Amino acid sequence: MKKLIALLFALTLVLTACAASAEDVITLKIAHIGPTTGAAALYGLATLHGAEVAVDEINAAGGKYQIELINEDDEHNVEKVINAYNAALDAGAQMILGTTTSKPCEAAGAQGNADRVFFLTPSASSTAVIEDKDNVFQVCFTDPNQGSASAQYIAGHQLGTKIAVIYNNADVYSIGIRDTFVEEAATLGLEIVSEETFTDETTDFTVQVGKAQEAGAEIVFLPMYYTPASLILKTAADKNYKPIFFGVDGMDGILSVEGFDTSLAEGVMLLTPFVATSEDEKVKSFVAKYQEKYNETPIQFAADAYDGVYILVAAAEKAGITSDMAYDEVCDLMIEAMLNIEVEGLTGSMTWDESGAVTKTPMAATIVNGVYVFED
Amino acid sequence: MTKAKRKRLIYNLITFALVIGAYFIIQNMIAEKTISRLLKGLLVPICAWIVMAVSLNLVIGFSGELSLGHAGFMCIGAYTGTIVSGWLLAAYDMQDTTLRLVLAIVSGGIVAGVFGALIGIPVLRLRGDYLAIVTLAFGEIIRNLVKWLYVGTKDGELCFSFLNKDMPKGVKMLVDGAQGTKEKIISTFPAGVILVLVTLLIVLNLVNSRAGRAIQATRDNRIAAESMGISVTKYKMMAFVTAAVLAGMAGALFGLNSTTVEPKQFSFNQSINVLVFVVLGGLGNVLGSVISAVFLTVLPEVLREFSDYRMLAYAVVLILVMIFTNNPLIRSFVDRLISPVRALFHRKKDTMPGGDLQ
Repeated sequence: MKKLIALLFALTLVLTACAASAEDVITLKIAHIGPTTGAAALYGLATLHGAEVAVDEINAAGGKYQIELINEDDEHNVEKVINAYNAALDAGAQMILGTTTSKPCEAAGAQGNADRVFFLTPSASSTAVIEDKDNVFQVCFTDPNQGSASAQYIAGHQLGTKIAVIYNNADVYSIGIRDTFVEEAATLGLEIVSEETFTDETTDFTVQVGKAQEAGAEIVFLPMYYTPASLILKTAADKNYKPIFFGVDGMDGILSVEGFDTSLAEGVMLLTPFVATSEDEKVKSFVAKYQEKYNETPIQFAADAYDGVYILVAAAEKAGITSDMAYDEVCDLMIEAMLNIEVEGLTGSMTWDESGAVTKTPMAATIVNGVYVFED
Repeated sequence: MTKAKRKRLIYNLITFALVIGAYFIIQNMIAEKTISRLLKGLLVPICAWIVMAVSLNLVIGFSGELSLGHAGFMCIGAYTGTIVSGWLLAAYDMQDTTLRLVLAIVSGGIVAGVFGALIGIPVLRLRGDYLAIVTLAFGEIIRNLVKWLYVGTKDGELCFSFLNKDMPKGVKMLVDGAQGTKEKIISTFPAGVILVLVTLLIVLNLVNSRAGRAIQATRDNRIAAESMGISVTKYKMMAFVTAAVLAGMAGALFGLNSTTVEPKQFSFNQSINVLVFVVLGGLGNVLGSVISAVFLTVLPEVLREFSDYRMLAYAVVLILVMIFTNNPLIRSFVDRLISPVRALFHRKKDTMPGGDLQ
């Protein structure tokens, strides 16, 4: 009897082994690196969750590729990101989906360039992220693109001509967008009536908002992350100043700031490739899955990361990546493949050139009744 | 040789032996490729943090002054190191990275030392906690100033600008305001270990010298020291400036170990972080500083498996270590464990080793 059982057991083993090899399943080891703790955790968690939704879909579909997602926290810190990157490679990552934020991505990408590791960042948007590196590609726009796209959008939709800019002069992201915005605004005949700065530690925006109000700005351009933006909106409301506030992708997330009166964000416009309330079938399905799993509405970063996973799979398929390839072997194949794919994602139809920057159409949304609405 | 002297010699030898021993073990691991990438990536930062902790211990533990701006000196060192290295490459086409690193570290130390002297001269003449306040402000001022500093090289010459990025076309940026520094990685682990050894040599020699005894005397009782004819300001300056120089050197090593460092990394929190290394290792305990710097740099990375609860676990471990190292029962237990080793060094076998601790 025992022998029979043993025989049956052995037979099953052989059969399962055969089945596996017949389907030829390839497991990709992708590491997500982003700040899942600390001040920028909202972004890191969004990209992580977005990626997880995509990974679940792909694994459940049971196609040629299965994905093993590794997650490492970089705390939005230039020193820690190297540790996160090394830990990811120790864990056997073949390619990296990350990092979420710009400055850490610049440092990790440079290290990856030396070690030959492929990076696809969902949301690190500064030019330094892709500069002088052939191994880093972006899902999102680079900052200069966002600045000029914002100016074009404002001019194209005739939102106003007198513009005030408030930006964080201690932040690469903020400065990058401001520079190209001002440049593009000048060529489009938009008038910058006031330009004010602040730093990471600023908590009082009375002066900056007051200057914009005095100058009679119709539009206040806010190239910054959502935390200072929420304070600016509060200050403007206190001063009974009601211009059009125009933000960029860092503004995404303002509705989930704890303790922030979201009615203050009514009418705020922001440049974003993704709106959770869109009628698009793919977006609807993504939002439903995301809400079910994490009980919150996905922001643009989540959509970028979701697309990122599909882009990696598409590129891996094109490049013919297999489970046993090491990261340095994967890198050059992926770089080659990225130039030859076009991915239709939640955030638009995307192609890439050798610089690593993405090409897609900019879109802007307005906050109406606490949700984003696309304006055409 | 007196008993006290021999005890000190043994202590110093153990400190050096530990560092050198660790170096060879790790080099062996690198050669055999058994070291994880994570640990390998941490080696140079660990060296930099050891130097930071040991040098701060000189100020806090030996001269008894509280300094809360140690990261400021590190920042100066990191920026000076980057600029010097970039300039040497541009102006003299110096391809030898080792030489460039050495020169960068030395100049980082000198510039930080000058700033240390500038702060020390007025402040160390005062009594009370003024140094803490001034160094706290200093760290923040430096961090905010370098946010506005733009340095680049063009045709072998340095271009500076402050507040506005006013640079000629085709310039290669070395320091780009709030975006931090841009340089190739040239720091190496052996260089880091040599810097640690140099630091230990300087600090241990200083504290065991005549000057070092004077420094400790000013800590223990300022009035008594003054009445013995010791110039308090002079000796406190000696400790403070030495610490600033070493912190600047650590900064240069640290700054050149990354393609980019940003001013944010040298915030007040970082100074407090170094202070935690010193306090955990024990005030006036050089070996303790070395061990705690290594331990506390590696710990959060080892705890990566706890993911989001990592910092919570870090805090708990920190508290446990504090409690255990100060528990007399555990101390005497550890003492008994190492007493046979200690007995080997004692000529007189009849004295109870470790007995004075009970």
